[in-house]
Amino acid sequence: MNWFYYASPATFYGLAGRLAPYFFLLAAVLTGWGLYLGMLVAPTDAQQGEVYRVIYIHVPAAWMSMFLYFIMACYGALTLIFNTRLSGMMARAIAPTGAMFTFIALWTGAFWGKPTWGAYWVWDARLTSELVLLFLYFGFIALANAFEDPRRGDRAAALLAVIGVVNLPIIYFSVKWWNTLHQGASVSFKGTSMHVTMFTAMLVMSAAAWMYAIAVTLVRVRSIILERERRAQWVREAVKA
Amino acid sequence: MNGNATAASGSFAGAIAWSVSRDLRLALRHPDETLLTVAFFALVASLFPLAIGPEPQLLARIGPGIIWVAALLAAFLALPSLFAGDYADGTLEQMVLSPHPSFGWALGKALGHWLVTGLPLVILSPLIGLQFGLPPDALLVQALSLALGTPLLSLLGGACAALSLGARGGGTLLAVLALPLFVPVLIFGSGATEAQATGIPPEAHLSLLAAGLLLALVAVPFAIVAALKIAVD
Amino acid sequence: MSFPEAQPPALLEAVSLSCRRGPVRLFHGLTLTAAGGEAVCLRGPNGSGKTTLLRCLAGLTRLDAGEVRWSGRPITDEDCAFRESLAFVGHLPAVKDDLTAEENLDFALKLRGVHVTDGQRRAALEQVGLGRRLTLPARRLSAGQRRRVGLARLALDPARLWLLDEPLTALDDEGQQLFRDLLAAHLSSGGVCVAATHHPLAPAGGHAREVWLA
Repeated sequence: MNWFYYASPATFYGLAGRLAPYFFLLAAVLTGWGLYLGMLVAPTDAQQGEVYRVIYIHVPAAWMSMFLYFIMACYGALTLIFNTRLSGMMARAIAPTGAMFTFIALWTGAFWGKPTWGAYWVWDARLTSELVLLFLYFGFIALANAFEDPRRGDRAAALLAVIGVVNLPIIYFSVKWWNTLHQGASVSFKGTSMHVTMFTAMLVMSAAAWMYAIAVTLVRVRSIILERERRAQWVREAVKA
Repeated sequence: MNGNATAASGSFAGAIAWSVSRDLRLALRHPDETLLTVAFFALVASLFPLAIGPEPQLLARIGPGIIWVAALLAAFLALPSLFAGDYADGTLEQMVLSPHPSFGWALGKALGHWLVTGLPLVILSPLIGLQFGLPPDALLVQALSLALGTPLLSLLGGACAALSLGARGGGTLLAVLALPLFVPVLIFGSGATEAQATGIPPEAHLSLLAAGLLLALVAVPFAIVAALKIAVD
Repeated sequence: MSFPEAQPPALLEAVSLSCRRGPVRLFHGLTLTAAGGEAVCLRGPNGSGKTTLLRCLAGLTRLDAGEVRWSGRPITDEDCAFRESLAFVGHLPAVKDDLTAEENLDFALKLRGVHVTDGQRRAALEQVGLGRRLTLPARRLSAGQRRRVGLARLALDPARLWLLDEPLTALDDEGQQLFRDLLAAHLSSGGVCVAATHHPLAPAGGHAREVWLA
């Protein structure tokens, strides 16, 4: 398979357009199924009551906030090392979705924290590092758009993304390294401390978040490609058609 | 004519010496800028007692944090101009094309920034600490944490200043980039003095700061060089 | 081509260079070689990519395709050997307003890793007509006098490759003559010079090959 064929913005534009609807469809189906499982089927938590159900939004969002940053940084590394054009556009397309998931993770966390901890916000390591992640996303978006030459914005923002990767292990391990109020992970490689239905619901919701993130990124990268390549012949033909 | 000079050769020491000696000489031509940074530090730290009230226990409790925030803002103040002058007059191109190892002069630039802005703050901090009624051992820990933390701020801030070179919205953008990266330094820096004040040994915080500084010393200059190369591209 | 055996080996070789700036393609498949003692003059209208080509040759600007070789070896990002033999003079003079002419020259040479004595430095500044302005802050120098600080640097720099962007700008007739003399000395000692310029750049008693960019 020739990867460079799809690394050309012109071919990727078409591919992204064909794939995006399927991912949206998958996202909708999985969200419906996951919410049904999580809200109606899964049992009530013995300690936290019904409030715990925010977990089905909160945990997938928190996972996505970190995964997406990592993927964005990988595209950034591609931009810096191989100077490919599409990777910079992909990183730009991912950033707003990543920022949104970070924001959702923080907000749902606050709604969960009020009844369980008695406060919307506590300054513990997990929350602080996640807040820093949100600012890293903001910094990325601001830096990418701060230059006259979009390629230069791509490269500067890519470097920032790569530097910011240092924050990811801090977020992930913060609950282990520091004695925090935030509870430890319920899911790990060694198994889970959860009821099977709860676990299934959470996985389904995570898959839904993935599909949504991919779909939105594809749509966004299409508009970035169009804007960037507006003087190219194929764009003129595509817009006319 | 050309025969007079020996062949050009780059060296790590030459690169650091070049950056530091030139930036110090430039700073000495305008000593008022360094004095302004120090005055800013003292002023910001003095605003808090005026706003919160002069209750000694409260001030001793929040003093370490306030001094750290003031030091962080003061160190940030000189960042936008760290590379801006060299970028505007073409020296940056010469630096990138110099036969010296780029790691050397990048490290030298951060070191120069620290000598001009960070070091005066370290020296002044015990005086400000006295204003907040900190005990002598806490003053020492405070100065030590600043001595380890402010070079870290210079390095991280230098990388951000290099990234935002030539961007629209210069200073504000730089704040959005740099301040989140300063957060861990702030946490461990003020944590050290606070631990000391509450009777816990501050070594853990200080060694984390030292570890961060060592890591930054070997890693961040590469990031600064990469960012500057993007800027002159 | 009439004397193929007389061709000296090329020191600087640029092979099929391509560079775009945003949507604009500046040059494509451009090839350029220069041997020791040779001067190449990049000519063309404003915005034709002369400066960009010069920066690509120096390794400042990334190429989209192609390769630049010095003494047969491709130049890379951390190639100290190439940079030791490169003197680049951009359209910005790299002169600090707060430093004197002498300090500026001193720091410029130290950055190049060139060691000269105080006497050599003063002599070079005198040679370019700044002998009576050694201790004046550079902010009091005119644009042409700043350019002359750059000329003094070129005079003391042992670099074999000169890459110059509009070297004659802001120089008066005497300054231009000074530059041509320096160039002639540089070429006769086996150096290479590539310059982007609007004026013909023939050194005294020599000629420069011209490359036209559209």
